[in-house]
Amino acid sequence: MTQQFYVSPEQLMKDRADFARKGIARGRSVVVISCRDGIALVAENPSPSLHKIGEIYDKIAFAAVGKYNEFESLRQAGVRYADVRGYSYDREDVTARGLASVYAQSLGAVFTAEQKPFEVELAVAEVGTSPEEDHLYRLTFDGSIADENGFIVMGGQADKVSEAVAAGWQGQLDFAGAIRLALAGLVSDKETTTLAASAVEVAVLDRGSESNRGTRRAFRRLEDADITALLAEEN
Amino acid sequence: MQETTANQVAANATSSFTEHLQRQRPDLLPFGQQLGAGAAPVGTATPLQAPHGTTIVALGYAGGVLMAGDRRATMGNVIASRHIEKVFPADQYSVLGIAGTAGIALDITRLFQVELEHYEKIEGTLLSLDGKANRLGAMIRSNLPMAMQGLAVVPLFAGFDRPAGVGRLFSYDVTGGRYEEQEHHTVGSGSMFARGALKKLWRPNLSEQEAVAVAVEALYDAADDDSATGGPDPVRQLWPVVYIVNRTGAFRVPERELAAIAGTIIESRAVAQREA
Repeated sequence: MTQQFYVSPEQLMKDRADFARKGIARGRSVVVISCRDGIALVAENPSPSLHKIGEIYDKIAFAAVGKYNEFESLRQAGVRYADVRGYSYDREDVTARGLASVYAQSLGAVFTAEQKPFEVELAVAEVGTSPEEDHLYRLTFDGSIADENGFIVMGGQADKVSEAVAAGWQGQLDFAGAIRLALAGLVSDKETTTLAASAVEVAVLDRGSESNRGTRRAFRRLEDADITALLAEEN
Repeated sequence: MQETTANQVAANATSSFTEHLQRQRPDLLPFGQQLGAGAAPVGTATPLQAPHGTTIVALGYAGGVLMAGDRRATMGNVIASRHIEKVFPADQYSVLGIAGTAGIALDITRLFQVELEHYEKIEGTLLSLDGKANRLGAMIRSNLPMAMQGLAVVPLFAGFDRPAGVGRLFSYDVTGGRYEEQEHHTVGSGSMFARGALKKLWRPNLSEQEAVAVAVEALYDAADDDSATGGPDPVRQLWPVVYIVNRTGAFRVPERELAAIAGTIIESRAVAQREA
């Protein structure tokens, strides 16, 4: 039998964290912005079918960066959690806070107990009746949870993108403005200055889905044509 | 070793909310509850007293399908509710109406709605209309043990088949048998009378307004002869629940339109001064 070398817990955790960070930084960024019309979720993603952004419940959306298989299983677990909760209590009893806390616990458990931590970073967004009531939670690979204000940038060159978004963010943006700001942020680490509509995945949580579309489900995915039209609105 | 892991992952991957509940939280399912041996076994003279929903009608029209239900639930000879709603949107492009034991039927409706939404969220696409109809059939089949004890639920399902561009209608029996219906169909205690009315009132390519009027009149005739079916109630301002499903989705017909249609029917019957 081979003798196990002693590794201090500090070193072990540091190695795991470095490993996860490297995996997350390899991908492209995702931007989540809270604005006047609701919450806009924008990801650089050329695939029209493998999504980084998803619907969890009536007012709750999910965005992720990192390994697809890992965040997809977390997304599905989130949908199951929300649907079971909404079915056994009531639809309004499903909250982003509850979901984020379940995610934090699972990520934390995997980080300490499993062979390899999840190489993912998640955002859970809940749209409220006013921008002050919006909730944005950021969840990192080790199970840390942060309640963010205004916007979240994750993955890739998150620092650079975050700087660009922070410079232009204000609460009174409409969806077109928020999506334009997110796209401007996403190209800040590149040489090009624009992203084609087919290279991004955009979804929104409508603040007034009941009055505008007659549905309590606020999540709406934007097609390429919708994105082009929305961006052309002001020009 | 690898193969077993792959098999496990595949076996655990489900897009069905019902399957997920069966594995994780079977206590939350509306059916499959063990009723004690003493609870009204088969063939007992006094079945369990619980509110029952009554008549639902559904019919095709030029742009799709329409479903309407009266507002009464009965328990034996007593009116249990005058306000109950028995027609619901299942998802964006389909509706279902329920007759039978109200409590179980309402829970099955809720489960069916979550089932469709759950599939849509997990898979990123809508279930086909046939797929939806089959899932509902499976739920009714699961309720068979309780149906044997007198707590039967019989739904009627209607939806717009988007690839085919037509509205379609499905009826069920208590064993979960699924039957596609042509033109129109009715379920519930007043269904015989409503069906008779539909046979005379329905014709191909009805307009939307005509179709709503036909459905309300069929329910009026059902209420006329079946004590368990509630007619339009101008005193309490209660009208049937009517949903229209067409290419653009499922919509509830507004109350004031129904009030006007019901008013016209009552007036025309009063003017005619006939017994039947």
